[in-house]
Amino acid sequence: MNEWIVPVLLTIITASTPLVFAAVGELVVEKSGVLNLGVEGMMIVGAVLAFAVGVTTSNAPLAVISGAVGGMVMALIFGILTLNLLANQVAAGLALTIFGLGFSSLLGYGFVGKTFPGLPKLEVPFISDIPFLGPLLFNHDILVYASVFFVIGVTYILNRTRIGLLIRAVGENHEAAHSIGYSVNTIRMACILFGGAMAGLGGAYLSLAYTPLWVEGMTAGRGWIALALVVFASWRAWRAFFGSYLFGGITIIQLHAQGFGVEIAPQFLSMLPYLATIVVLVLISRDSSRAKLNAPACLGRNFHASG
Amino acid sequence: MISKKLILGSFLAMGMVFSSVAGHAADKKSKIGFVYVGPIGDHGWTYQHDVGRLAIARTFGDKVKTSYVEKVAEGADATRVITKLARSGHKLIFTTSFGYMNPTLKVAKRFPKVKFEHATGYKRNKNLATYSARFYEGRHVVGLVAGKMTKSNVIGYVASFPIPEVIRGINATFLAARSVNPNIKIKIVWVFTWFDPGKEADAAKALIAQGADVIMQHTDSPAPLQQAQKAKVWAVGQASNMKAFGPKAQLTAIIDDWNSYYIARTKAFLDGTWKSGDVWGGFKSGMVKMAPYNKAIPSNVVAMAEKAKDGIIAGSVHPFTGPIKDQKGKIRVAAGKTADDGMLLGMNWYVEGIEGTIPK
Repeated sequence: MNEWIVPVLLTIITASTPLVFAAVGELVVEKSGVLNLGVEGMMIVGAVLAFAVGVTTSNAPLAVISGAVGGMVMALIFGILTLNLLANQVAAGLALTIFGLGFSSLLGYGFVGKTFPGLPKLEVPFISDIPFLGPLLFNHDILVYASVFFVIGVTYILNRTRIGLLIRAVGENHEAAHSIGYSVNTIRMACILFGGAMAGLGGAYLSLAYTPLWVEGMTAGRGWIALALVVFASWRAWRAFFGSYLFGGITIIQLHAQGFGVEIAPQFLSMLPYLATIVVLVLISRDSSRAKLNAPACLGRNFHASG
Repeated sequence: MISKKLILGSFLAMGMVFSSVAGHAADKKSKIGFVYVGPIGDHGWTYQHDVGRLAIARTFGDKVKTSYVEKVAEGADATRVITKLARSGHKLIFTTSFGYMNPTLKVAKRFPKVKFEHATGYKRNKNLATYSARFYEGRHVVGLVAGKMTKSNVIGYVASFPIPEVIRGINATFLAARSVNPNIKIKIVWVFTWFDPGKEADAAKALIAQGADVIMQHTDSPAPLQQAQKAKVWAVGQASNMKAFGPKAQLTAIIDDWNSYYIARTKAFLDGTWKSGDVWGGFKSGMVKMAPYNKAIPSNVVAMAEKAKDGIIAGSVHPFTGPIKDQKGKIRVAAGKTADDGMLLGMNWYVEGIEGTIPK
């Protein structure tokens, strides 16, 4: 049983990791009251920059950082548009996605057909050789561990620290936060940049580790799934993590089920992750007071300090 | 306010797309236009069509001026783009995706003096020809090679959508592989996308984990080949030579080569001998080619593959030669007969021996 269950679980981890990054990043952005629909665009710019730097310098850490920076630069554009110029967040986010897809094609033009060896696996001597648990827990690249670290970190910071309280305050009631002297837009900009860096890391994971290559449009809608996962998670980081693995898990298991000749329509199996999202959405929003409690009250509303 | 901005923006974007197309109205060169469904950098389908366009430009030099519009959505958008090309003085227009069929026909009727060429469709007109390639001939050759090279006797097949084109490829592969290896099995995973590198890679991983040691694909990204390289199993490249993504894994690749067709049609157009028609070319016409064989393949296997290819060119070998039964045991092609084009174009059944059912 080991010989097929371990590959299945390993594939689930790689399929879920980019979603974890993008979803947790967007979650922080939304907690601060900003809706950035540009996740797909930030991800793909992160992917192309990480790959371009990786191929050019053969320096994996630098490549990963470049991915994060790429996402951040895109996020900065979004931040200036919505926070400083008060552009509509939905329109600006959509524009960011469309721009990102086109811009990444331009940047990546010379890198189509190049290959990258992939990210090194961090092996722990002896422990990585333990059957079953060894390959599953102790034989991944740095980004897989980082994704878990970020989930724990974001959960802790949002719920247990003063910074987290501030982020939630500007997300829940920006006028109140402003009136007691906090700069709403500074806090929001920091969150937007963090979200961009995380989306960029998700993209970097795609082009450096998941499928180490560059082709146009390689994010293939993962940014949109991440956006749905934030709602699915009702703005809780650990739930976003769980949701990403559920989504990745069902996707992978249906592929394996087909190979084993399970006679279920693959269209139905392909639909399952989305169906699961809808079902969970219905379940968590059944109790409307609780759903509202979690959704940031100022989500999507621009703030302008008047007077 | 927002909607106004959006509309303005989209007009601006359209203007940018067409500026390259409309900029040369003054010169006397014959203008030839191409409409692509994907980006020219997809390293697959659209990339190969653009290689064909460049071949025209190289061959005819100053006599022609080629231009293209990429990433054109199938449907109403296509009608608009094709009309614009026809209106801006393009006299020969290639539309290179199945979904452009009705838009091309519609525009062709409106511009009787412009010649149109539509790839992979079946609707024709006096000024609208169709063309496609017999990729299944290539599948036959790779099936033979895979049948010989596999150790686990399992071929893994990453399939896109259950349409005749894809099913034909699976059947051709399996029939050829079984003819040289009676124990062969084929595992098929449908991913329901033409292009999603991540999902294609996951499908390949699933197949490899389940024992497949030759990975084939009917999707557009090189990701499955790359997974094969990583897992140290064999694979076959799709649409173009994908060796860079798996130098050790790639046995060979089935290459779409539109160059000779595009050059021949342009020449006919320039000579005034262009006529509508339908071309479904394979090895013989050079539309389908094999990439160089992997050095690790024994020479007798390469010789067998080459012999089959030569046989197809000479007409002595047909990938669908009877007796061919379907999964229910019904005889579809009688002994000694070969499948006709009608049967090939409408193929919606697996041959006997393939396990599983075609998704409906």
